[in-house]
Amino acid sequence: MGQQIDVNHLNVYYGGFLAVEDVNLHIAANQVTAFIGPSGCGKSTVLRSLDRMHEITPGAHVTGEVLLEGRDLYAKGVDPVAVRRDVGMVFQRPNPFPTMSIRQNVLAGVRLNNKKIAKSDADDLVEWALRGANLWNEVKDRLDHPGIGLSGGQQQRLCIARAVAVHPSVLLMDEPCSALDPISTLAVEDLINELKRDYTIVIVTHNMQQAARVADYTAFFNLKAVGQPGHLEYFADTSTMFNDPQNEEAERYISGRFG
Amino acid sequence: MTTLECNPPMDAQRMLADLDLDHFRPSRSTANARRRKDRLMRALFTAAFAVALIPLASVLWTTLTHGIGRLDLGFLTHNMTGVIGGNPTAAGGYGGVLHAIVGTLEITFGAMAISIPIGVMCAVHLIEYARDNALAKTIRLLVDVMSGIPSIVAGLFALSLFSMIFGPGTFNGLEGSVALALLMIPTVCKSSEEMLKVVPDALREASLALGVTKQRTITKVVLRTALPGIVSGSILAIARVIGETAPLLMTAGYVVTTNVNLFSGQMTTLPVYVYQEYSKLSANCPANAGDMCVPTIPMERAWSAALVLIVIVLILNLIGRIVARICAVHTER
Repeated sequence: MGQQIDVNHLNVYYGGFLAVEDVNLHIAANQVTAFIGPSGCGKSTVLRSLDRMHEITPGAHVTGEVLLEGRDLYAKGVDPVAVRRDVGMVFQRPNPFPTMSIRQNVLAGVRLNNKKIAKSDADDLVEWALRGANLWNEVKDRLDHPGIGLSGGQQQRLCIARAVAVHPSVLLMDEPCSALDPISTLAVEDLINELKRDYTIVIVTHNMQQAARVADYTAFFNLKAVGQPGHLEYFADTSTMFNDPQNEEAERYISGRFG
Repeated sequence: MTTLECNPPMDAQRMLADLDLDHFRPSRSTANARRRKDRLMRALFTAAFAVALIPLASVLWTTLTHGIGRLDLGFLTHNMTGVIGGNPTAAGGYGGVLHAIVGTLEITFGAMAISIPIGVMCAVHLIEYARDNALAKTIRLLVDVMSGIPSIVAGLFALSLFSMIFGPGTFNGLEGSVALALLMIPTVCKSSEEMLKVVPDALREASLALGVTKQRTITKVVLRTALPGIVSGSILAIARVIGETAPLLMTAGYVVTTNVNLFSGQMTTLPVYVYQEYSKLSANCPANAGDMCVPTIPMERAWSAALVLIVIVLILNLIGRIVARICAVHTER
Protein backbone atom coordinates (compact mmCIF):
# COMPACT_ATOMS: atom_id res chain seq x y z
CA MET A 1 0.00 0.00 0.00
CA GLY A 2 1.07 3.53 -0.60
CA GLN A 3 1.88 5.87 2.22
CA GLN A 4 1.34 9.59 2.55
CA ILE A 5 4.10 12.17 2.82
CA ASP A 6 3.92 15.46 4.65
CA VAL A 7 6.57 18.04 3.94
CA ASN A 8 6.89 20.74 6.60
CA HIS A 9 9.02 23.87 6.23
CA LEU A 10 11.53 22.11 4.02
CA ASN A 11 14.58 24.16 3.02
CA VAL A 12 17.03 22.46 0.69
CA TYR A 13 20.63 23.60 0.44
CA TYR A 14 23.57 22.91 -1.84
CA GLY A 15 26.44 23.88 0.44
CA GLY A 16 25.68 27.44 1.46
CA PHE A 17 23.23 28.02 -1.36
CA LEU A 18 19.54 27.81 -0.47
CA ALA A 19 18.05 26.05 -3.51
CA VAL A 20 14.46 25.64 -2.37
CA GLU A 21 12.75 27.62 0.34
CA ASP A 22 10.05 26.65 2.83
CA VAL A 23 8.11 23.92 1.06
CA ASN A 24 4.93 22.75 2.77
CA LEU A 25 3.14 19.98 0.98
CA HIS A 26 0.83 17.06 1.60
CA ILE A 27 1.27 14.13 -0.77
CA ALA A 28 -1.75 11.84 -0.52
CA ALA A 29 -1.39 8.08 -0.34
CA ASN A 30 -2.16 6.09 -3.50
CA GLN A 31 -2.48 9.23 -5.57
CA VAL A 32 -0.27 10.68 -8.28
CA THR A 33 1.20 14.06 -7.43
CA ALA A 34 2.95 15.94 -10.20
CA PHE A 35 5.62 18.62 -9.72
CA ILE A 36 5.71 21.18 -12.51
CA GLY A 37 7.52 24.45 -12.96
CA PRO A 38 10.27 26.17 -14.94
CA SER A 39 13.82 24.80 -15.09
CA GLY A 40 15.89 25.51 -12.02
CA CYS A 41 12.91 25.99 -9.72
CA GLY A 42 13.87 23.01 -7.59
CA LYS A 43 11.26 20.37 -8.48
CA SER A 44 13.85 17.63 -8.84
CA THR A 45 15.69 18.87 -5.78
CA VAL A 46 12.55 18.58 -3.65
CA LEU A 47 11.83 15.17 -5.16
CA ARG A 48 15.33 13.96 -4.34
CA SER A 49 14.99 15.18 -0.78
CA LEU A 50 11.97 12.87 -0.34
CA ASP A 51 14.16 9.76 -0.41
CA ARG A 52 17.33 11.38 0.91
CA MET A 53 19.06 11.05 -2.47
CA HIS A 54 19.69 14.77 -2.32
CA GLU A 55 22.40 14.41 0.31
CA ILE A 56 24.56 12.29 -2.03
CA THR A 57 25.74 15.54 -3.58
CA PRO A 58 28.65 16.75 -1.43
CA GLY A 59 27.61 19.64 0.81
CA ALA A 60 23.90 19.15 0.18
CA HIS A 61 21.60 19.17 3.20
CA VAL A 62 18.09 20.09 4.26
CA THR A 63 16.25 21.60 7.19
CA GLY A 64 12.64 20.93 8.04
CA GLU A 65 10.63 17.74 8.11
CA VAL A 66 9.64 15.08 5.63
CA LEU A 67 7.10 12.83 7.33
CA LEU A 68 6.35 9.44 5.78
CA GLU A 69 3.19 8.28 7.57
CA GLY A 70 4.21 10.55 10.43
CA ARG A 71 7.79 9.34 10.77
CA ASP A 72 10.37 12.05 10.06
CA LEU A 73 12.82 10.79 7.43
CA TYR A 74 15.37 13.34 8.59
CA ALA A 75 15.11 12.52 12.28
CA LYS A 76 18.24 11.51 14.15
CA GLY A 77 19.00 7.82 13.84
CA VAL A 78 17.14 7.35 10.56
CA ASP A 79 19.21 5.32 8.12
CA PRO A 80 19.04 6.90 4.64
CA VAL A 81 19.66 3.47 3.14
CA ALA A 82 16.50 2.16 4.82
CA VAL A 83 14.56 5.23 3.67
CA ARG A 84 15.49 4.51 0.06
CA ARG A 85 14.10 0.99 0.36
CA ASP A 86 10.74 2.47 1.40
CA VAL A 87 10.82 5.26 -1.15
CA GLY A 88 11.85 4.07 -4.60
CA MET A 89 13.09 6.26 -7.40
CA VAL A 90 13.00 6.21 -11.20
CA PHE A 91 15.32 8.56 -13.04
CA GLN A 92 15.13 10.75 -16.09
CA ARG A 93 17.32 8.57 -18.26
CA PRO A 94 16.78 4.80 -18.08
CA ASN A 95 19.76 3.42 -16.15
CA PRO A 96 19.69 -0.37 -16.07
CA PHE A 97 22.93 -1.92 -14.82
CA PRO A 98 24.95 -2.66 -17.95
CA THR A 99 26.67 -5.68 -16.39
CA MET A 100 23.39 -7.41 -15.59
CA SER A 101 20.73 -9.32 -17.51
CA ILE A 102 17.07 -8.31 -17.43
CA ARG A 103 16.44 -10.79 -14.62
CA GLN A 104 19.47 -9.66 -12.63
CA ASN A 105 18.42 -6.04 -13.04
CA VAL A 106 15.01 -6.76 -11.51
CA LEU A 107 16.66 -8.63 -8.65
CA ALA A 108 19.38 -6.00 -8.20
CA GLY A 109 17.82 -4.46 -5.11
CA VAL A 110 17.74 -7.86 -3.43
CA ARG A 111 21.01 -9.27 -4.70
CA LEU A 112 23.11 -6.14 -4.18
CA ASN A 113 22.01 -6.16 -0.56
CA ASN A 114 23.36 -9.70 -0.20
CA LYS A 115 19.94 -11.00 0.73
CA LYS A 116 19.49 -14.71 0.18
CA ILE A 117 16.52 -15.52 -1.97
CA ALA A 118 15.43 -18.96 -3.13
CA LYS A 119 15.41 -19.45 -6.87
CA SER A 120 11.66 -20.05 -7.04
CA ASP A 121 11.00 -16.92 -4.95
CA ALA A 122 13.35 -15.01 -7.23
CA ASP A 123 11.48 -16.28 -10.30
CA ASP A 124 8.19 -15.22 -8.75
CA LEU A 125 9.56 -11.80 -7.83
CA VAL A 126 10.94 -11.24 -11.33
CA GLU A 127 7.65 -12.18 -12.96
CA TRP A 128 5.60 -10.15 -10.48
CA ALA A 129 7.76 -7.03 -10.87
CA LEU A 130 7.94 -7.29 -14.66
CA ARG A 131 4.19 -7.86 -14.90
CA GLY A 132 3.72 -4.88 -12.61
CA ALA A 133 5.81 -2.82 -15.02
CA ASN A 134 3.89 -4.11 -18.08
CA LEU A 135 7.08 -5.60 -19.44
CA TRP A 136 6.67 -9.32 -18.77
CA ASN A 137 5.12 -10.27 -22.11
CA GLU A 138 7.81 -8.45 -24.04
CA VAL A 139 10.82 -9.94 -22.25
CA LYS A 140 9.71 -13.26 -20.72
CA ASP A 141 11.62 -15.25 -23.36
CA ARG A 142 14.88 -13.36 -22.96
CA LEU A 143 15.29 -12.72 -19.27
CA ASP A 144 18.97 -13.62 -19.52
CA HIS A 145 19.69 -11.05 -22.19
CA PRO A 146 21.43 -7.84 -21.12
CA GLY A 147 19.02 -5.22 -19.82
CA ILE A 148 20.83 -2.59 -21.82
CA GLY A 149 19.73 -4.33 -25.04
CA LEU A 150 16.10 -3.24 -24.62
CA SER A 151 14.61 -0.15 -26.24
CA GLY A 152 14.57 3.09 -24.27
CA GLY A 153 10.95 2.70 -23.21
CA GLN A 154 11.47 -0.92 -22.22
CA GLN A 155 14.59 0.06 -20.28
CA GLN A 156 12.58 2.65 -18.36
CA ARG A 157 9.90 0.09 -17.54
CA LEU A 158 12.69 -2.29 -16.49
CA CYS A 159 13.92 0.42 -14.13
CA ILE A 160 10.40 0.75 -12.75
CA ALA A 161 10.25 -3.03 -12.26
CA ARG A 162 13.62 -2.86 -10.50
CA ALA A 163 12.35 -0.11 -8.20
CA VAL A 164 9.09 -1.98 -7.52
CA ALA A 165 10.89 -5.24 -6.73
CA VAL A 166 12.16 -3.91 -3.39
CA HIS A 167 8.52 -3.27 -2.33
CA PRO A 168 8.60 0.46 -1.67
CA SER A 169 5.49 2.31 -0.54
CA VAL A 170 6.28 5.45 -2.51
CA LEU A 171 7.66 5.77 -6.05
CA LEU A 172 9.43 8.99 -7.05
CA MET A 173 9.81 9.61 -10.78
CA ASP A 174 12.11 12.31 -12.05
CA GLU A 175 10.93 13.16 -15.56
CA PRO A 176 10.61 9.46 -16.37
CA CYS A 177 9.42 10.04 -19.95
CA SER A 178 11.59 12.90 -21.11
CA ALA A 179 14.05 10.55 -22.84
CA LEU A 180 11.31 8.43 -24.40
CA ASP A 181 9.34 8.55 -27.64
CA PRO A 182 5.54 9.17 -27.52
CA ILE A 183 4.62 5.47 -27.71
CA SER A 184 6.93 4.51 -24.86
CA THR A 185 5.68 7.56 -22.96
CA LEU A 186 2.11 6.32 -23.33
CA ALA A 187 3.16 2.89 -22.03
CA VAL A 188 4.80 4.44 -18.97
CA GLU A 189 1.82 6.76 -18.33
CA ASP A 190 -0.60 3.82 -18.48
CA LEU A 191 1.69 2.04 -16.06
CA ILE A 192 1.65 5.00 -13.66
CA ASN A 193 -2.15 4.85 -13.64
CA GLU A 194 -2.02 1.19 -12.64
CA LEU A 195 0.80 1.59 -10.15
CA LYS A 196 -1.06 4.12 -8.03
CA ARG A 197 -3.27 1.35 -6.71
CA ASP A 198 -0.26 0.03 -4.82
CA TYR A 199 2.05 3.00 -4.47
CA THR A 200 2.03 6.68 -3.78
CA ILE A 201 3.55 8.30 -6.84
CA VAL A 202 5.31 11.63 -7.16
CA ILE A 203 6.33 12.61 -10.66
CA VAL A 204 8.37 15.55 -11.88
CA THR A 205 7.53 16.55 -15.42
CA HIS A 206 8.15 19.35 -17.86
CA ASN A 207 5.24 18.18 -19.93
CA MET A 208 2.04 19.79 -18.69
CA GLN A 209 -0.18 17.55 -20.79
CA GLN A 210 1.45 14.66 -19.03
CA ALA A 211 0.78 16.19 -15.62
CA ALA A 212 -2.84 16.77 -16.66
CA ARG A 213 -3.14 13.18 -17.90
CA VAL A 214 -1.61 11.26 -15.03
CA ALA A 215 -1.72 13.40 -11.89
CA ASP A 216 -4.43 13.71 -9.25
CA TYR A 217 -2.68 16.65 -7.61
CA THR A 218 -0.25 19.12 -9.09
CA ALA A 219 2.32 21.27 -7.35
CA PHE A 220 3.63 24.29 -9.21
CA PHE A 221 7.14 25.39 -8.24
CA ASN A 222 8.52 28.73 -9.24
CA LEU A 223 11.49 30.98 -8.61
CA LYS A 224 11.56 34.72 -8.37
CA ALA A 225 14.75 35.11 -10.38
CA VAL A 226 17.77 33.10 -11.42
CA GLY A 227 20.02 32.66 -8.40
CA GLN A 228 17.08 33.06 -6.02
CA PRO A 229 15.73 30.03 -4.17
CA GLY A 230 12.80 28.20 -5.69
CA HIS A 231 9.56 27.79 -3.77
CA LEU A 232 6.25 26.02 -3.97
CA GLU A 233 4.01 28.59 -5.58
CA TYR A 234 0.69 26.81 -5.82
CA PHE A 235 -0.71 23.40 -5.00
CA ALA A 236 -4.09 22.15 -6.15
CA ASP A 237 -5.88 19.12 -7.47
CA THR A 238 -5.08 18.70 -11.12
CA SER A 239 -8.39 19.78 -12.62
CA THR A 240 -8.31 23.01 -10.63
CA MET A 241 -4.67 23.58 -11.57
CA PHE A 242 -5.33 23.27 -15.28
CA ASN A 243 -8.85 24.59 -15.58
CA ASP A 244 -9.28 27.23 -12.93
CA PRO A 245 -6.01 27.99 -11.15
CA GLN A 246 -6.39 30.42 -8.27
CA ASN A 247 -2.86 31.70 -8.75
CA GLU A 248 -1.71 34.20 -11.31
CA GLU A 249 1.81 32.80 -11.82
CA ALA A 250 0.49 29.27 -12.22
CA GLU A 251 -2.12 30.46 -14.68
CA ARG A 252 0.54 32.27 -16.73
CA TYR A 253 2.82 29.24 -16.69
CA ILE A 254 0.14 26.78 -17.68
CA SER A 255 -1.17 28.93 -20.50
CA GLY A 256 2.35 29.34 -21.85
CA ARG A 257 2.56 33.08 -21.20
CA PHE A 258 5.46 32.84 -18.85
CA GLY A 259 8.30 35.25 -18.23
CA MET B 1 1.27 39.19 -23.72
CA THR B 2 3.77 39.84 -26.48
CA THR B 3 2.77 39.96 -30.14
CA LEU B 4 4.58 37.92 -32.74
CA GLU B 5 7.00 40.18 -34.54
CA CYS B 6 7.81 38.20 -37.63
CA ASN B 7 5.44 37.14 -40.35
CA PRO B 8 6.52 33.70 -41.56
CA PRO B 9 5.15 33.73 -45.16
CA MET B 10 6.76 37.08 -46.00
CA ASP B 11 9.96 35.98 -44.41
CA ALA B 12 10.05 32.85 -46.50
CA GLN B 13 9.51 34.83 -49.68
CA ARG B 14 12.41 37.09 -48.92
CA MET B 15 14.63 34.14 -48.21
CA LEU B 16 13.79 32.55 -51.56
CA ALA B 17 14.62 35.74 -53.43
CA ASP B 18 17.95 36.04 -51.67
CA LEU B 19 18.83 32.42 -52.18
CA ASP B 20 22.09 32.12 -54.09
CA LEU B 21 22.19 28.53 -55.22
CA ASP B 22 25.82 28.71 -56.28
CA HIS B 23 26.93 30.12 -52.97
CA PHE B 24 28.12 26.83 -51.53
CA ARG B 25 29.50 25.34 -54.76
CA PRO B 26 33.25 24.83 -54.48
CA SER B 27 35.42 26.15 -57.26
CA ARG B 28 37.37 23.59 -59.25
CA SER B 29 40.70 24.80 -57.95
CA THR B 30 39.78 24.60 -54.25
CA ALA B 31 38.37 21.11 -54.74
CA ASN B 32 41.57 19.96 -56.41
CA ALA B 33 43.79 21.61 -53.84
CA ARG B 34 41.80 19.96 -51.09
CA ARG B 35 42.12 16.59 -52.77
CA ARG B 36 45.90 17.01 -53.17
CA LYS B 37 46.26 18.00 -49.55
CA ASP B 38 44.16 15.03 -48.47
CA ARG B 39 46.36 12.65 -50.47
CA LEU B 40 49.55 14.20 -49.10
CA MET B 41 48.38 13.96 -45.50
CA ARG B 42 47.22 10.38 -45.95
CA ALA B 43 50.65 9.48 -47.31
CA LEU B 44 52.31 11.24 -44.38
CA PHE B 45 50.21 9.40 -41.80
CA THR B 46 50.79 6.06 -43.45
CA ALA B 47 54.52 6.75 -43.55
CA ALA B 48 54.53 7.71 -39.87
CA PHE B 49 52.68 4.51 -39.06
CA ALA B 50 55.22 2.48 -41.03
CA VAL B 51 58.15 4.24 -39.36
CA ALA B 52 56.63 3.46 -35.96
CA LEU B 53 56.19 -0.17 -36.94
CA ILE B 54 59.72 -0.73 -38.32
CA PRO B 55 61.58 -0.95 -34.99
CA LEU B 56 58.80 -3.05 -33.49
CA ALA B 57 58.78 -5.55 -36.34
CA SER B 58 62.56 -5.53 -36.40
CA VAL B 59 62.85 -6.32 -32.69
CA LEU B 60 60.33 -9.12 -32.95
CA TRP B 61 61.97 -10.58 -36.02
CA THR B 62 65.51 -10.39 -34.64
CA THR B 63 64.49 -11.94 -31.33
CA LEU B 64 62.60 -14.67 -33.12
CA THR B 65 65.39 -15.58 -35.53
CA HIS B 66 68.14 -15.41 -32.91
CA GLY B 67 66.15 -16.98 -30.13
CA ILE B 68 64.35 -19.85 -31.80
CA GLY B 69 67.58 -21.86 -32.35
CA ARG B 70 68.18 -22.75 -28.71
CA LEU B 71 64.55 -22.68 -27.62
CA ASP B 72 63.55 -26.26 -26.94
CA LEU B 73 62.02 -28.27 -24.14
CA GLY B 74 65.41 -28.77 -22.50
CA PHE B 75 65.97 -25.00 -22.41
CA LEU B 76 62.61 -24.49 -20.68
CA THR B 77 63.04 -27.31 -18.14
CA HIS B 78 66.64 -26.82 -16.98
CA ASN B 79 68.35 -24.19 -14.92
CA MET B 80 72.00 -23.15 -15.10
CA THR B 81 73.47 -25.62 -12.60
CA GLY B 82 76.43 -27.54 -13.92
CA VAL B 83 76.99 -25.21 -16.84
CA ILE B 84 80.73 -24.78 -17.34
CA GLY B 85 81.96 -22.65 -20.20
CA GLY B 86 80.51 -23.63 -23.53
CA ASN B 87 80.32 -27.31 -22.66
CA PRO B 88 77.08 -29.28 -22.59
CA THR B 89 75.86 -30.19 -19.11
CA ALA B 90 75.64 -33.67 -17.68
CA ALA B 91 71.87 -33.53 -18.17
CA GLY B 92 72.37 -32.79 -21.84
CA GLY B 93 71.76 -29.40 -23.44
CA TYR B 94 73.39 -26.15 -22.51
CA GLY B 95 71.45 -25.04 -19.44
CA GLY B 96 68.15 -23.22 -19.48
CA VAL B 97 65.75 -20.66 -18.07
CA LEU B 98 63.50 -22.70 -15.80
CA HIS B 99 64.72 -20.83 -12.71
CA ALA B 100 64.27 -17.48 -14.47
CA ILE B 101 60.73 -18.30 -15.62
CA VAL B 102 59.82 -19.33 -12.07
CA GLY B 103 61.45 -16.19 -10.71
CA THR B 104 59.77 -13.86 -13.22
CA LEU B 105 56.32 -15.33 -12.66
CA GLU B 106 56.57 -15.39 -8.86
CA ILE B 107 58.05 -11.93 -8.51
CA THR B 108 55.54 -10.48 -10.98
CA PHE B 109 52.58 -12.13 -9.24
CA GLY B 110 53.96 -10.87 -5.94
CA ALA B 111 54.11 -7.37 -7.39
CA MET B 112 50.53 -7.74 -8.66
CA ALA B 113 49.31 -8.92 -5.27
CA ILE B 114 50.81 -5.84 -3.65
CA SER B 115 50.12 -3.16 -6.22
CA ILE B 116 46.67 -3.96 -7.64
CA PRO B 117 44.78 -3.80 -4.31
CA ILE B 118 46.63 -0.65 -3.28
CA GLY B 119 46.27 1.00 -6.69
CA VAL B 120 42.57 0.16 -7.08
CA MET B 121 41.74 1.18 -3.52
CA CYS B 122 43.61 4.43 -4.02
CA ALA B 123 41.54 5.07 -7.16
CA VAL B 124 38.31 4.24 -5.29
CA HIS B 125 39.28 6.70 -2.60
CA LEU B 126 40.02 9.41 -5.16
CA ILE B 127 36.81 8.96 -7.16
CA GLU B 128 34.24 7.80 -4.62
CA TYR B 129 35.32 9.62 -1.49
CA ALA B 130 37.85 12.40 -1.91
CA ARG B 131 36.59 13.71 -5.28
CA ASP B 132 38.38 17.04 -5.61
CA ASN B 133 39.40 18.01 -2.11
CA ALA B 134 42.90 19.06 -1.12
CA LEU B 135 43.91 15.53 -0.11
CA ALA B 136 42.83 14.17 -3.50
CA LYS B 137 44.83 16.83 -5.30
CA THR B 138 47.89 15.94 -3.24
CA ILE B 139 47.46 12.23 -3.90
CA ARG B 140 47.04 12.85 -7.63
CA LEU B 141 50.22 14.94 -7.67
CA LEU B 142 52.13 12.25 -5.78
CA VAL B 143 50.86 9.54 -8.11
CA ASP B 144 52.03 11.59 -11.08
CA VAL B 145 55.41 12.11 -9.47
CA MET B 146 55.65 8.44 -8.56
CA SER B 147 54.94 7.32 -12.11
CA GLY B 148 58.05 9.19 -13.13
CA ILE B 149 60.53 7.70 -10.67
CA PRO B 150 63.38 5.79 -12.33
CA SER B 151 63.15 2.06 -11.76
CA ILE B 152 66.60 1.99 -10.17
CA VAL B 153 65.29 4.28 -7.44
CA ALA B 154 62.47 1.85 -6.76
CA GLY B 155 65.10 -0.88 -6.49
CA LEU B 156 67.12 1.22 -4.05
CA PHE B 157 64.00 1.87 -1.99
CA ALA B 158 63.14 -1.83 -1.69
CA LEU B 159 66.77 -2.68 -0.96
CA SER B 160 67.05 -0.14 1.84
CA LEU B 161 63.60 -1.05 3.21
CA PHE B 162 64.54 -4.72 3.49
CA SER B 163 68.03 -3.88 4.78
CA MET B 164 66.44 -1.80 7.53
CA ILE B 165 64.03 -4.53 8.55
CA PHE B 166 65.97 -7.71 7.96
CA GLY B 167 69.54 -6.48 8.08
CA PRO B 168 71.96 -5.58 5.31
CA GLY B 169 72.53 -7.92 2.45
CA THR B 170 68.99 -9.27 2.30
CA PHE B 171 68.08 -10.55 -1.14
CA ASN B 172 64.84 -12.30 -1.89
CA GLY B 173 62.02 -12.44 -4.41
CA LEU B 174 59.59 -10.46 -2.30
CA GLU B 175 62.05 -7.59 -2.19
CA GLY B 176 61.94 -7.61 -5.98
CA SER B 177 58.14 -7.70 -5.87
CA VAL B 178 58.12 -4.63 -3.62
CA ALA B 179 60.40 -2.77 -6.03
CA LEU B 180 58.18 -3.67 -8.99
CA ALA B 181 54.99 -2.90 -7.05
CA LEU B 182 56.33 0.58 -6.41
CA LEU B 183 56.58 1.04 -10.17
CA MET B 184 53.15 -0.50 -10.82
CA ILE B 185 51.06 1.36 -8.23
CA PRO B 186 50.95 4.72 -10.06
CA THR B 187 50.02 3.07 -13.36
CA VAL B 188 47.33 0.88 -11.77
CA CYS B 189 45.98 3.81 -9.75
CA LYS B 190 45.92 6.18 -12.71
CA SER B 191 44.25 3.76 -15.12
CA SER B 192 41.74 2.55 -12.50
CA GLU B 193 40.89 6.15 -11.68
CA GLU B 194 40.17 6.84 -15.35
CA MET B 195 38.00 3.73 -15.52
CA LEU B 196 36.03 4.61 -12.37
CA LYS B 197 35.58 8.14 -13.68
CA VAL B 198 33.73 6.89 -16.78
CA VAL B 199 31.26 4.80 -14.77
CA PRO B 200 28.13 6.94 -15.14
CA ASP B 201 26.84 8.57 -11.95
CA ALA B 202 23.42 7.32 -13.04
CA LEU B 203 24.48 3.79 -12.07
CA ARG B 204 25.64 4.88 -8.62
CA GLU B 205 22.35 6.70 -8.12
CA ALA B 206 20.33 3.75 -9.41
CA SER B 207 22.03 1.50 -6.90
CA LEU B 208 21.76 3.91 -3.97
CA ALA B 209 18.10 4.58 -4.78
CA LEU B 210 17.41 0.86 -4.40
CA GLY B 211 18.52 1.10 -0.80
CA VAL B 212 21.94 -0.41 -1.45
CA THR B 213 24.74 0.75 0.83
CA LYS B 214 27.61 2.81 -0.50
CA GLN B 215 30.06 -0.02 0.13
CA ARG B 216 28.05 -2.51 -1.94
CA THR B 217 27.39 0.11 -4.59
CA ILE B 218 31.13 0.57 -4.98
CA THR B 219 32.09 -3.11 -4.92
CA LYS B 220 29.20 -4.56 -6.89
CA VAL B 221 28.20 -1.82 -9.30
CA VAL B 222 31.05 0.64 -9.76
CA LEU B 223 34.01 -1.74 -9.61
CA ARG B 224 32.10 -4.43 -11.48
CA THR B 225 31.28 -2.02 -14.30
CA ALA B 226 34.85 -0.77 -14.44
CA LEU B 227 36.38 -4.25 -14.15
CA PRO B 228 37.37 -4.81 -17.80
CA GLY B 229 39.17 -1.47 -17.85
CA ILE B 230 40.88 -2.13 -14.53
CA VAL B 231 42.07 -5.52 -15.82
CA SER B 232 43.55 -4.05 -19.00
CA GLY B 233 45.17 -1.23 -17.02
CA SER B 234 46.75 -3.74 -14.66
CA ILE B 235 48.02 -5.87 -17.56
CA LEU B 236 49.65 -2.77 -19.04
CA ALA B 237 51.29 -2.06 -15.70
CA ILE B 238 52.60 -5.63 -15.55
CA ALA B 239 53.90 -5.45 -19.08
CA ARG B 240 55.79 -2.34 -18.07
CA VAL B 241 57.56 -3.91 -15.08
CA ILE B 242 58.04 -7.50 -16.20
CA GLY B 243 61.02 -6.43 -18.28
CA GLU B 244 62.73 -4.49 -15.46
CA THR B 245 66.32 -5.54 -14.86
CA ALA B 246 68.18 -3.07 -12.69
CA PRO B 247 65.88 -3.01 -9.62
CA LEU B 248 65.68 -6.81 -9.62
CA LEU B 249 69.42 -7.22 -9.87
CA MET B 250 69.66 -5.10 -6.73
CA THR B 251 66.87 -6.78 -4.79
CA ALA B 252 66.24 -10.31 -5.97
CA GLY B 253 69.82 -11.02 -6.93
CA TYR B 254 70.97 -13.73 -9.30
CA VAL B 255 71.38 -17.47 -8.87
CA VAL B 256 71.86 -20.38 -11.23
CA THR B 257 69.59 -22.75 -9.31
CA THR B 258 65.80 -22.85 -9.19
CA ASN B 259 64.42 -21.13 -6.11
CA VAL B 260 60.66 -21.41 -5.74
CA ASN B 261 60.49 -19.65 -2.37
CA LEU B 262 59.54 -16.02 -2.95
CA PHE B 263 60.32 -15.12 0.64
CA SER B 264 63.82 -16.44 1.03
CA GLY B 265 66.93 -16.69 -1.07
CA GLN B 266 67.95 -15.04 -4.29
CA MET B 267 65.86 -15.41 -7.42
CA THR B 268 66.67 -14.94 -11.07
CA THR B 269 64.25 -13.30 -13.46
CA LEU B 270 64.34 -13.45 -17.24
CA PRO B 271 65.61 -9.91 -17.87
CA VAL B 272 68.38 -10.40 -15.29
CA TYR B 273 69.19 -13.73 -16.90
CA VAL B 274 69.41 -12.08 -20.32
CA TYR B 275 71.66 -9.41 -18.88
CA GLN B 276 73.93 -11.93 -17.15
CA GLU B 277 74.28 -14.11 -20.23
CA TYR B 278 74.92 -11.07 -22.40
CA SER B 279 77.69 -9.85 -20.09
CA LYS B 280 79.54 -13.15 -20.50
CA LEU B 281 79.91 -12.27 -24.20
CA SER B 282 81.33 -15.67 -25.03
CA ALA B 283 81.98 -19.00 -23.33
CA ASN B 284 85.32 -20.56 -22.70
CA CYS B 285 86.15 -23.53 -24.92
CA PRO B 286 89.51 -25.23 -24.27
CA ALA B 287 91.36 -26.44 -27.37
CA ASN B 288 90.59 -30.09 -26.57
CA ALA B 289 86.87 -29.54 -25.92
CA GLY B 290 85.70 -30.82 -29.26
CA ASP B 291 82.64 -29.93 -31.37
CA MET B 292 80.16 -30.05 -28.50
CA CYS B 293 81.60 -26.90 -26.93
CA VAL B 294 79.81 -23.81 -28.27
CA PRO B 295 81.65 -20.54 -27.57
CA THR B 296 78.68 -18.36 -28.65
CA ILE B 297 76.22 -20.12 -26.31
CA PRO B 298 75.73 -17.21 -23.83
CA MET B 299 74.43 -14.86 -26.52
CA GLU B 300 72.22 -17.60 -27.92
CA ARG B 301 70.81 -18.25 -24.44
CA ALA B 302 70.22 -14.51 -23.98
CA TRP B 303 68.20 -14.29 -27.22
CA SER B 304 66.17 -17.36 -26.38
CA ALA B 305 65.43 -16.04 -22.89
CA ALA B 306 64.35 -12.74 -24.42
CA LEU B 307 62.01 -14.64 -26.71
CA VAL B 308 60.59 -16.53 -23.73
CA LEU B 309 59.99 -13.21 -21.96
CA ILE B 310 58.12 -11.81 -24.97
CA VAL B 311 55.98 -14.94 -25.13
CA ILE B 312 55.16 -14.66 -21.40
CA VAL B 313 54.10 -11.03 -21.83
CA LEU B 314 51.99 -12.12 -24.79
CA ILE B 315 50.31 -14.86 -22.75
CA LEU B 316 49.60 -12.46 -19.85
CA ASN B 317 48.11 -10.05 -22.37
CA LEU B 318 45.91 -12.76 -23.80
CA ILE B 319 44.74 -13.80 -20.34
CA GLY B 320 43.92 -10.18 -19.58
CA ARG B 321 41.96 -9.85 -22.81
CA ILE B 322 40.03 -13.02 -22.13
CA VAL B 323 39.18 -11.87 -18.59
CA ALA B 324 38.14 -8.48 -19.94
CA ARG B 325 36.01 -10.17 -22.61
CA ILE B 326 34.29 -12.46 -20.09
CA CYS B 327 33.31 -9.62 -17.77
CA ALA B 328 32.73 -7.16 -20.59
CA VAL B 329 29.96 -4.61 -20.17
CA HIS B 330 27.33 -5.18 -22.80
CA THR B 331 26.59 -2.03 -24.70
CA GLU B 332 24.95 -3.35 -27.86
CA ARG B 333 21.32 -2.42 -28.31
